Parts: sequence; structure tokens; C-alpha cells
Amino acid sequence: MAEQTPKQILLDPVLENNPITFQILGLCSSLAVTTNLNTSIVMAIAVTLVTACSSAAVAFIRLQIPSSIRIIVQMTVIASMVIVVDQFLQAYAFSLSQKLSVFVGLIITNCIVMGRAEAYAMKNGPWLSFLDGLGNGLGYSVVLIIIGLVRELLGSGKILGVTILKTVTDGGFYVPNGLMLISPSAFFLIGLLVWLNRTIRPNQIEKE
Amino acid sequence: MSHYLSLFVKSIFPENLALAFFLGMCTFLAVSKNVKTALGLGIAVTLIQAITVPMNNLIFQYLLQPGALSWTGSKSLSEQDLMFVGLICYIGVIAAMVQILEMALDKYVPSLYNALGIFLPLITVNCAILGGTLLMVERNMTFPESVVFGVGSGFGWGMAIVVLAGIREKLKYSDVPPGLRGLGITFITVGLMALAFQSFSGIKL
Repeated sequence: MAEQTPKQILLDPVLENNPITFQILGLCSSLAVTTNLNTSIVMAIAVTLVTACSSAAVAFIRLQIPSSIRIIVQMTVIASMVIVVDQFLQAYAFSLSQKLSVFVGLIITNCIVMGRAEAYAMKNGPWLSFLDGLGNGLGYSVVLIIIGLVRELLGSGKILGVTILKTVTDGGFYVPNGLMLISPSAFFLIGLLVWLNRTIRPNQIEKE
Repeated sequence: MSHYLSLFVKSIFPENLALAFFLGMCTFLAVSKNVKTALGLGIAVTLIQAITVPMNNLIFQYLLQPGALSWTGSKSLSEQDLMFVGLICYIGVIAAMVQILEMALDKYVPSLYNALGIFLPLITVNCAILGGTLLMVERNMTFPESVVFGVGSGFGWGMAIVVLAGIREKLKYSDVPPGLRGLGITFITVGLMALAFQSFSGIKL
């Protein structure tokens, strides 16, 4: 990869090199939380913070880490960050943290966090790593928020709990799409998003 | 007994880690290109899951949960609530177990070790494993329940990846729109599979 300006490092992963639609990272822990926009936003913020901070932290100590145990060191750094986020959510947003259940803890094994620490932060300075982590976190957030938005709007006719499409049961016209509330819909939406992305950027189409 | 059987079936079908909880998705999509490697990974995940979930259950019950240290007989210890270090402990156990299993297989069953290859160390960062443990903690399972859940959920994940690999092998012969090739169509396939697995959710044993 050629030298990049800090701005490129920050913005590149948001659209061009998006961690979810292009790198296929970080799907694991997050798709189940996208049934409504509220949890998606919280999850997006949590992952962005953890990625940015742990990348910076790993970059600070990168010269001290012996390469044979680097995975464990990175894991410990990430796990500590996640514990902070988890405790914070339990203290200030208890009902939300109940709803997110195990998925906050699963940020530890989110491949984006681990992937950025391993691929970028081990080779670059703290500031650039921080930007890189932030950018990848934002790219992840964009996808998560789009999916959360579509699922909540079509699944229950609401955005952030505010009714947009009045449902039939409330005397409106909209029949809620039950498919959007169960997990398979997230797969379809990501599949379509990947399709859209690759139609706009044909250079990302896979050769078989 | 029927309680355990129902838990087992539930953890394989309606609560399949891969298709209902989206766990282990990265590996699930990356390693499902052919049936043989998928089978190897499935076996490895089932093994690790069957060991780590019960292990972490013991750690949770006798070290971490509030009042868990009462077996030491010390009053101040038994009042401790160590839940906040849970995540580090679980991931440590998983990393250690993967390492141990790797060494043991290398020594005693080299053929299986060679077949699994790179997938064994990668399991440490597979969210299905940590996810299984966290779900076990959240549902406050007893030790026997955790054994059943560990085996069942690992088996369910392995089965899902083998089935997906089978479908993808056949998909090679289909004419998929260019933008949807590879990753896109795989997502749609997984979505359809997830729908099919949801239909098991009515099963009562």
C-alpha cells in the first residue's frame, strides 16, 4: 500500500475499503443486534471506540511485544477495553445492555478489532493506528446503521421508536414485514448491500 | 433426561450458533468453499466447544459468580463478585485449550492434526466459541447442561458449515449476476438456510 495521508487513512475504510462489504470482517458478533436502530447505534459506537482505542494502545507497545505471544497480548488489550465498555453500559444503560446481551462481550472476538490490531497497529504509530481504527469502526458503523434502519422501518414501521409508517393494527395502512424482525433478513440485506457496492465499484467483483 | 435431549436438539437446530446468532460468521463464510475443509473445521470447533464450555462453566460457578468462592470457607472471599474479569478469564481458557489440544493432537493423532492444519489456532478468535460460553453464563446453566450445550452447539455449527460448503460447491455451476458473485450470493444462501433452520423452532421434546 502506498503512503496515505491521515485523511485517507480515516476515510478509505468507510466506503472504498469497507470492513464488512469488502474485507468480510466483523460480521460475527453484530448482526443480531440490528433489529432496531437504537441497539445498532450503541453497538456501532462501542465497536468504533474499542477498535480505535485498542489500535492506539497496541501501537504504543508494539515495539515491546515479542512476536511469539503477540496474539495473546492483543487479546488482553482488547478484552480490557471491552470490559470497560461493558461495565459502562451496565452502569448507565442497563436495559440496553440487557438487550445486547452477549454481543458486547463478543466485541473481543470481532475480527475487525483483532484484524486492525494485527494488520495495521503492529506496524504503524499510535496516531495513525488510532485513525485507522476509527475509520474502520466508522465503516462498520455505516453498514450496521443502514441495516438497523431498514430492519426497524420495514419490520415495525418505526425509526428510533417513533412511528413513521402507521401499522394496520394501529389503524394505519402499513402491514409490518415480519421477515425483517428475524435473523435471516440481515443476511439478505448485507447480500444486497454487497451487490450494490460491487455494481458501483466493478473492480471489487470476485473472479471465479 | 428429556430436558437434556431437548436442550441438545435446541442448540443444534432452532438456536444454531451460526444461523440464528450469527456467531463465527467470518470463518463460516471464508472456509466454506469446499466440503472437506469445512468438515475438518466443523470437527475442530465441536471438540473445542465441548471442552471449553464446561471448563468455563466450572470457572464461572466456583470462581467468578457472586458467592462462588464460599467453598474456600473464608468469609471475605465468599463475598467477592468477580464477574467483571469474566471476559478475560474465558478468552484465556479458550486460547489455552486450543493450544493444548493442538499439542495433544500433534503428539497422539498426527493424521487429524495435519488434516485440521491452520484452522486449529484460528479457532481462538472464532466468536462461536466465546459466544457459546457467554450464552452459557447468561443462561446460568448447571454443569451437565453446559456439557450438553457445548457438544450440541459445536455440532450444530459444524453441520451448518458443511451444508453451506455443499451448496457452494454446486453454486459454482450457476450463472450468478456479476456483482453478486462470491460473497453476495453466499450471504443470500446463508439467509435462506437460516430461514429453513427457523422452522425447527416449533419442536418440543
